[in-house]
Amino acid sequence: MSEELTHATIAELHGRLRRKEVSAVELLEAHEKRIDAVDGEVKAYLRRTPELARRQAEEADRRLAAGDHGVHPLTGIPVAIKDVFCTKDVETTAGSRILAGFKPPYDATAVARLREAGAVFLGMTNCDEFAMGSSTENSGYWPTHNPWDSTRVPGGSSGGSAAAVAAGEAVFSIGSDTGGSIRQPAALTGTVGFKGTYGRVSRHGLIAFASSLDHVGPFTRSIDDCATVLGTLAGHDPLDSTCFDRPLDLSTLNDGVKGLKLGLPREYFEVAGMEEGVKRSIAEAIDVLKEAGAELVEVSLPHTDYGLAAYYIVAPAECSSNLARYDGVRYGLSDPKAETVLENYLNTRREGFGAEVRRRLMLGTYALSSGYYDAYYLKAMKVRTLIKRDFDEAFQKCDAIVSATSPTVAFKIGEKTGDPLAMYLCDVLTLGADLAGLPGLSLPSRAEDGLPVGLQVISPQFREDLALQVGRAYEMASGVLAEVAPL
Amino acid sequence: MTLSRDQVRHVALLARLGLKDGEEDFYAEQLSHILEHIDRLGQVDTEAIPPTAQVVEMRNVMRDDVIQPSLTQEEALANAPEARDGFFVVKAIQDADPG
Repeated sequence: MSEELTHATIAELHGRLRRKEVSAVELLEAHEKRIDAVDGEVKAYLRRTPELARRQAEEADRRLAAGDHGVHPLTGIPVAIKDVFCTKDVETTAGSRILAGFKPPYDATAVARLREAGAVFLGMTNCDEFAMGSSTENSGYWPTHNPWDSTRVPGGSSGGSAAAVAAGEAVFSIGSDTGGSIRQPAALTGTVGFKGTYGRVSRHGLIAFASSLDHVGPFTRSIDDCATVLGTLAGHDPLDSTCFDRPLDLSTLNDGVKGLKLGLPREYFEVAGMEEGVKRSIAEAIDVLKEAGAELVEVSLPHTDYGLAAYYIVAPAECSSNLARYDGVRYGLSDPKAETVLENYLNTRREGFGAEVRRRLMLGTYALSSGYYDAYYLKAMKVRTLIKRDFDEAFQKCDAIVSATSPTVAFKIGEKTGDPLAMYLCDVLTLGADLAGLPGLSLPSRAEDGLPVGLQVISPQFREDLALQVGRAYEMASGVLAEVAPL
Repeated sequence: MTLSRDQVRHVALLARLGLKDGEEDFYAEQLSHILEHIDRLGQVDTEAIPPTAQVVEMRNVMRDDVIQPSLTQEEALANAPEARDGFFVVKAIQDADPG
């Protein structure tokens, strides 16, 4: 009984809730039991919200009893929230000690939309501090473990949200993607992760990392579920003026890939450190798509080699500005013994921020500092233009781009923590879509030696439908589905 | 480009980051290693290329200037490390006795 509830999709559970085969409270209890059983090993949750969840589940049962017309597909469905989304009256810390104890007085728009839909909040999930990292080891609290092999990382920065779905500790979750922070952990945990076009989902209340790169999106166990959650999160928000007002039409989800042109970017298949197993799994996935009727075309993204360098100027520059707000005055950590304003800033930020955040704050401050602005920041913004143009040109020849999401499968905990640049290279295949603001999907392809591999699909701006259509076609043709890890 | 210990100290102060003992060397080495990779940007000809700051090309998003509900003073101060009489408490930024 219990596995039927914790290993299912949103679509299956919605049907069972509507048919009254199970109640939202029972669904919640099954998840609480599962979390109690496995989270000691996985450590996906930073904190749980049992009282809130109970109230929400009871309310969902009232809504479900009131009639099946107009019941939202997420009503009564348990969700996990990355610790970067302000959640009213629930401690929200962005995985950082500097925000320990912070209880936002309002909901992020993404959270508000889930709340209105009737989803049940299980708790806040672990992440790299301020979403800066690719392994969740930069959390100010503890590392999360990959449910498929607990000696390995779940990826990051949304590692807790990815692991929760992979471990059967939530039916779906939400995360943020600035350089790959949804897609890379989705790949490493065998879940479906997606971010839409820049501005598709409001950033209001998402604790800011790099504002021109931050995207919001879901982790789910199927493409169909992914479309459901994206549809719930998307839509104009007057509280984020970069959140655009364009309809999201996903009615072609099941139309297959016959007649679609899929671009294979040469450079994405030749990146340094690409593992043979990943190559094999992706080559097989591409064959499946070809068999299903897609036309394959070779495309080129000639500035791929410069993407990481441009990203590691733009993102740190923006974060050095965004994180100036942690001043020990309005919220979070403070040094009560400091005698001057400057002393309070220096002490608060020395004690509150971890090493990766400090590295990026210094890198960004340096890139924006007098005498270096043109050589670094302006230069990186120009290279960003070239990277966007590469994609524009590629999309003249194809409807969507397919590649691996991550050059490697999940790596060992501790393997890359001593070498920041090696960690940054985890995002070499994902950060282009962030720099260009493009929809990016990762879904499981065939696993290698029991470790998940992710297939990435990138589509043109405003064309989330194409990425999801390709993903759904692969899911149907391959029979490879996101599974819950045996724990 | 490499960063010296003095530069690290300078940048850390600009970023309002206190440093712990030994961190100047630690960050000088790590940041220099990262900047070595970033220096490849210099190989790209960007002479005639405009910079991109925002990719979706929206501009002038306007709204009516109407008062909307907002946080109460109490809510806004609820997370403050120290508040007094409806204000955030900030350390003195001037000497008490300028002499």
